[in-house]
Amino acid sequence: MEEFTTVFLMALLVAGALGVLYVRNLFVATMLLGAVSFLMALIFIILDAVDVAFTEAAVGAGISTVLFLGTLSLVGADEKKSRPKTVLPLLVSLIVGGTLVYATFEMPVVGSADNPVQTSNLTTRFIEQSPKEIGVPNMVTSVLASYRGYDTFGEVTVIFTAGIAVLLILRQLRRRRDEQTEGSSSAENTETGVESGPSPSIHDLVPHVVSKLLIPFVLLFGLYVQFHGDFGPGGGFQAGVIFAAGIILYSLVFGLEYAQKLIPLWAVELLLAVGVLLYGGVGVATMLYGGNFLDYNWLSADPVAGQHLGILLVELGVGITVTAAMLAIFYGFANRNEFRENSGE
Amino acid sequence: MFFDHYSYWIVIILFVIGLYTVMSRSNLIKKMIGLSLFQISVFLFYITMGKIEGGTAPILVDAPDTVYSNPLPHVLILTAIVVGVATTALGLSLVVRIKETYDTIDEDEIRDMEDVK
Repeated sequence: MEEFTTVFLMALLVAGALGVLYVRNLFVATMLLGAVSFLMALIFIILDAVDVAFTEAAVGAGISTVLFLGTLSLVGADEKKSRPKTVLPLLVSLIVGGTLVYATFEMPVVGSADNPVQTSNLTTRFIEQSPKEIGVPNMVTSVLASYRGYDTFGEVTVIFTAGIAVLLILRQLRRRRDEQTEGSSSAENTETGVESGPSPSIHDLVPHVVSKLLIPFVLLFGLYVQFHGDFGPGGGFQAGVIFAAGIILYSLVFGLEYAQKLIPLWAVELLLAVGVLLYGGVGVATMLYGGNFLDYNWLSADPVAGQHLGILLVELGVGITVTAAMLAIFYGFANRNEFRENSGE
Repeated sequence: MFFDHYSYWIVIILFVIGLYTVMSRSNLIKKMIGLSLFQISVFLFYITMGKIEGGTAPILVDAPDTVYSNPLPHVLILTAIVVGVATTALGLSLVVRIKETYDTIDEDEIRDMEDVK
């Protein structure tokens, strides 16, 4: 039964991917990509990767679809018919694919216990020692935040950098134009912004009511995922994305201005840095206590309690930065849209 | 034999579709979508490697002799997914700026404009 489910889901996956390739309307391609991501999340569950499935469903099917749609609203959704250049790419793709298929015959059988991935010392160490050393039931969390804490610190920095970069790229033109018109038109812009105002239209009644009911639970669920990540699937990455998704939903339904009143852009920029600093700060604190960077054992007299505290703080840092980065990216795209409307482009 | 490597082949098919989309389509958004497909195939590859027959999710349970799937690929891919969406957003923001500068997101048209200059 499980095999049948896997085969079925994977066949759908390939069909979805082919659909993405051949469809001309980019809106449709984006929605299909979201569907492919969601199917992938289901396959991850079958493959025992619950944490990853969680992240893929929230990020791939949720946030990234919103981002693609936000971009499409700025650049238009029709793919122009281009000059045919299919022969060479097809040839290259087929050669690459053929080589890889040939290589799979040397690969260990899927799911076999004598697979080098399963027999490596690292794996046995993580599975057998982490419950005693870290005291956290979810091994993914203990590897993520403790054993590979330094690596995760790097990942958080990448997300931080990407958030900053999107804001820098998408806000540049706006400032230049404001300077050219010497602030007079920017004042008009804000005025018209108030006038045209975020008056909810009557057509949006159903989404308004539904999202009003849903958003508190989305945010509450985000907090649960954040602080329950030690014991079940979850953690800072997933929680950050879910929290941001709740606020993005609010912004999509009720208007960007309300969302920015709730969490203004300066707060997002601040939180973006706070998360990374909290993560790094925990590392510095462990050094001050006499240990290595991010060696949580030193945070408390009892090493396991120290690990708990360290993981909690570090995951909080991750959650804050991921939330802020997702919001920064969303605000970057959404503000660009509003600006274009105001300036009549 | 077929089922032994079935998952790998799906990974490769997705990989090839992503690669082909990136190379053959001149629309920049379509290229980004292709890149996402590409990314997803690598995620699936890692997770497939971590799977163990008869195993369960790597969350400690109170039963002796439980076989757990490998948590390490899960950790690597979990962070990769979130970093992936952040970098995709960066790419999309560049596409937005390209559209504003050239008024098109078609690679060929941009190249033609550059040639005229």
